[in-house]
Amino acid sequence: MARFPVIRLGRLLIATVLEELRDSDAVDLREELSEALEKTGALGVLLDLSAVEMVDSFLGRLLGDVALCAQLLGAHTVVVGLRPAVAITLVELGLQLKGVHTALNPEKGSALLRSLIARDGHAKRPNGR
Amino acid sequence: MVVEASVGIAGEDDIVAARQLARETAKGLGFGMVDQARIATAVSELTRNIVRYATEGRGNAVIRTLSGPDGRRGIEVVVTDDGPGIADVEQVMQEGFTSGNGLGMGLPGTRRLMDEMDIQTALGSGTTITIRRWRR
Repeated sequence: MARFPVIRLGRLLIATVLEELRDSDAVDLREELSEALEKTGALGVLLDLSAVEMVDSFLGRLLGDVALCAQLLGAHTVVVGLRPAVAITLVELGLQLKGVHTALNPEKGSALLRSLIARDGHAKRPNGR
Repeated sequence: MVVEASVGIAGEDDIVAARQLARETAKGLGFGMVDQARIATAVSELTRNIVRYATEGRGNAVIRTLSGPDGRRGIEVVVTDDGPGIADVEQVMQEGFTSGNGLGMGLPGTRRLMDEMDIQTALGSGTTITIRRWRR
């Protein structure tokens, strides 16, 4: 079963983490999202973590890596659905999700992505995908 | 009643098993969602250190319930390995210090998530880290 199905919706990729990630799953997530960005030319990644009960320093760093890889591939990343308990733990742990935009829920996250993409102001991809 | 369980740590699946067991134990003790997340995260950090740094990446995590003299309930996790040990505990407790490919926030971050943390270590004789959190 897919641990994090990735679907394409227009210019966005939507990835939903469905279950507790082992370290190697988190690395797979970064690679699969990067490959999907390359394949689809999507301009934004919406990463739904509402099912995730814990983000430790490893997963936190991976999220930063996902955003950096996406940026190098011309896409913005917005993490949505962080649980309050996870947010508090992240702050206490001292983790800063550098380069990672966040939004409360998928609706606000996709609106943020659209505005980030609009702010870029030009079609990044010559084929206009 | 004290409940105790032990998880052998030898790989990333065991990190997940240990933190899930710690979370379930904390939930059973009546800890709230934030404390459950704190405890699971702390156990994840400490058991990952074993997989990363201990000899052959092996060690052990014991999770047990506590009853304080004042009737308070708590959870204790003792994470042990017979790895190389920590040369300078003060140094690893400093913000931003990292000896390997970590983020340098593992131990100080874990300390902040818990009420108590104790580190017993010596070069060549492994490390035992005990963390506790009490119900408010």
